[in-house]
Amino acid sequence: MPCLDGYDPGDFFDELFMATGTPRPAAAELVKRIESLSIEELQRRQQAAQNMLFKLGVTFNVYSDNQGTERIFPFDVIPRFVPYQEWELLERGLKQRIEALNCFIHDIYNDQKILNDKVIPREMIESATGFLEPCMGLQPPQNIWCHITGTDLIKDRDGSWYVLEDNLRCPSGVSYVLENRRVMKSSFPRFFDALDIQPVDDYASQLLDTLLNLAPSNLSDPCVVVLTPGIHNSAYFEHSFLAQQMGAQLVEGRDLVVADGYLQMRTTKGLRRVDVIYRRIDDDFIDPMAFRADSMLGVSGLMEVYRQGRVAIANAPGTGVADDKMIYAYVPQMIRYYLDEEQLLPNVPTYLCEDDKQREYVLAHLDELVVKATDASGGYGMLMGMHATEPERAAFAEKIKAKPRNYIAQPTLSLSRVPTLIDGQFEGCHVDLRPFILNGQDIYVNPGGLTRVALRRGSLVVNSSQGGGSKDTWVVKESSC
Amino acid sequence: MLSRVADSIYWLNRYVERAETVARFVDVNLNLLLDTPVTGFTEQWEPVMMTTGDKALFQERYDEASAQNVLQFLTFDKEYPNSILSCVKSARENARAVRETISSEMWKQVNTFYLWVQEAAQAETTEEHLYSFYPEVKMASHLFAGVMDATMAHNEGWHFGHLGRLLERADKTARILDVKYYILLPAVTDVGTPLDDLQWIALLKSASAYEMYRKRQRRVTPRSIAQFLLLDPEFPRSIQFSLLQAERSLHHITGTTLGSWSHDSERTLGRLRSELEYTTMDEVFELGLHEFLDKLQTQLNTVGEHIYEDFMAVPLAS
Repeated sequence: MPCLDGYDPGDFFDELFMATGTPRPAAAELVKRIESLSIEELQRRQQAAQNMLFKLGVTFNVYSDNQGTERIFPFDVIPRFVPYQEWELLERGLKQRIEALNCFIHDIYNDQKILNDKVIPREMIESATGFLEPCMGLQPPQNIWCHITGTDLIKDRDGSWYVLEDNLRCPSGVSYVLENRRVMKSSFPRFFDALDIQPVDDYASQLLDTLLNLAPSNLSDPCVVVLTPGIHNSAYFEHSFLAQQMGAQLVEGRDLVVADGYLQMRTTKGLRRVDVIYRRIDDDFIDPMAFRADSMLGVSGLMEVYRQGRVAIANAPGTGVADDKMIYAYVPQMIRYYLDEEQLLPNVPTYLCEDDKQREYVLAHLDELVVKATDASGGYGMLMGMHATEPERAAFAEKIKAKPRNYIAQPTLSLSRVPTLIDGQFEGCHVDLRPFILNGQDIYVNPGGLTRVALRRGSLVVNSSQGGGSKDTWVVKESSC
Repeated sequence: MLSRVADSIYWLNRYVERAETVARFVDVNLNLLLDTPVTGFTEQWEPVMMTTGDKALFQERYDEASAQNVLQFLTFDKEYPNSILSCVKSARENARAVRETISSEMWKQVNTFYLWVQEAAQAETTEEHLYSFYPEVKMASHLFAGVMDATMAHNEGWHFGHLGRLLERADKTARILDVKYYILLPAVTDVGTPLDDLQWIALLKSASAYEMYRKRQRRVTPRSIAQFLLLDPEFPRSIQFSLLQAERSLHHITGTTLGSWSHDSERTLGRLRSELEYTTMDEVFELGLHEFLDKLQTQLNTVGEHIYEDFMAVPLAS
């Protein structure tokens, strides 16, 4: 019996099946390939793939007890399938979005036209925790602010894509994209022979180009570094991996110092100038003189060097303002305002609690909405109304009333599903998708992205800390033959 | 290269070498005890404690130098920074901080090493297990050195690692020689007895030097053993050999030609190495072996301090 025979896609959008026994036409070839293997064989390859990831050290840290325990992000061998036509739409939508967001960030830290024209309310910007006063008037190289973005996308029950979060600060996960692909290639080489799967491997080269693009053009050999908080950070593997793949130095704040008006690193041959930083620490921490004085991770005086144009920082400080969930709701207006276009890739409908009418609606429908704190991400500070108890909802309602600016609400979405191997059989599991976008001379969207999958039955939570795993994402062109 | 990275590779190697040396001390003593008369040798773990230089630390935490206490202290004591477990853990921490610089094979070896020692620390240790454990620690350290040699470019980082390993080795060989010399210095009545010989042979074995020594010197005498471990230019655990190699790595790092110097670390290491080169055993014994070794260890510490100042602690303004 073919291993996917009895698989039930349920009352959800399934990425591979329209109904039991009926694959989506575009995915038929892939389904046929999977079915040519027995479930035991798939399990064996799954195990081998997990072992390989562990040996490669593709881990995230659970480092609190100092026992040196790293874990792998659970990995499922059944790929997430995206037909190429759909991908083209995503790609255009993402490019449009990044372009508009970049215009927006540049504008609010400079002329503030969009505020003066009252397209976006001024109080909303000024009250956003991600808005950084010290960044006013900054002109980063080529006016690019958000160089690296990892936009979270989801597909709803009706099969249409939505943008859930923009993640313009320091999105992580791209190392899993690259390593998952490496593992899939050795686990299923024949699949790669037969299907036209878009390669993801040039991400590191593209990233390096994006960073080099920021260096002053008169330098023949600019020095690019990756700035990490250090080995205890949960994404340390990724920082070290990207530095290694780009041949860049991996530095910590204590390796850097501002001297003679430049940012320099302490080397065995004395101080050496640094030209471009890919920073993987938050805005607040990059310069204790400009932001949080208690930061041990950043470099004193870095912002002043940056302001003088003597070092480039990716992503630019201040970029996080557009991660505010209330500002997110205005992206369609930004696209219209800066690009004079309509949004290609829609937002999830969002209710602003600051608005009296919308807040009333939210409070009356708490049991069906998801409420999120505007300045948080990664599943923190939110209420899943449907799954919450009455007292929990009541408590949250008080919080909303006390600080309406801090909350937005969205309908509960029904994330699409993909067959996933659990305990020797296939289950439909919910997924999201985080493609990685680089904004350099052109905007580049890595064809694929991190598919996170909720491995607990029925769960919608894809975060690694809460039973989430990952899948390789295959953007597949239909074969011409 | 980054000072921090150089520092981590240097200490990664020092810690691996240190773990190996501790295993050597213990292993030889375990074997020595099997050959000595049953009575009257309960205190035989004292010399091992002396060798580590951390006797005071031990006495703070344990009542008596029983085999069990000493073994626990030297092997698995988490609080004691020079136990095998602590050394391997520190080595791994340093490796983790420079994973993008060292080869992935090196990382894998040191990671496997650590996981294995940690597992052993949690398991019930039987006596038989002990006899295989210490040789395996030595082997894991050799593996690490071999993997580093064969997979990492012999670049600046490699030379910092090599430098760390050889300075650590020179220091530990000096310690073995010093303490054993004191403890084993024969009572008049014991000279030339089979027991006396056994103890000297144990000393050689703790430096893996027994076979190589036999090829060169044949007779087991304190003087020629000291000479072999101090001055032999070819034996890889002798102090002279270690210093020669360390000096070569240091000059690779700076780019200064051998025989001249541009940093204090080169000056002090070069002076120490050439002093040793032109030293005779008569001079050593004239000063007293213990005094000689004491001075040598102080000089080695000075070299270490200069390495730190020259490469790791880069001042704020250039």
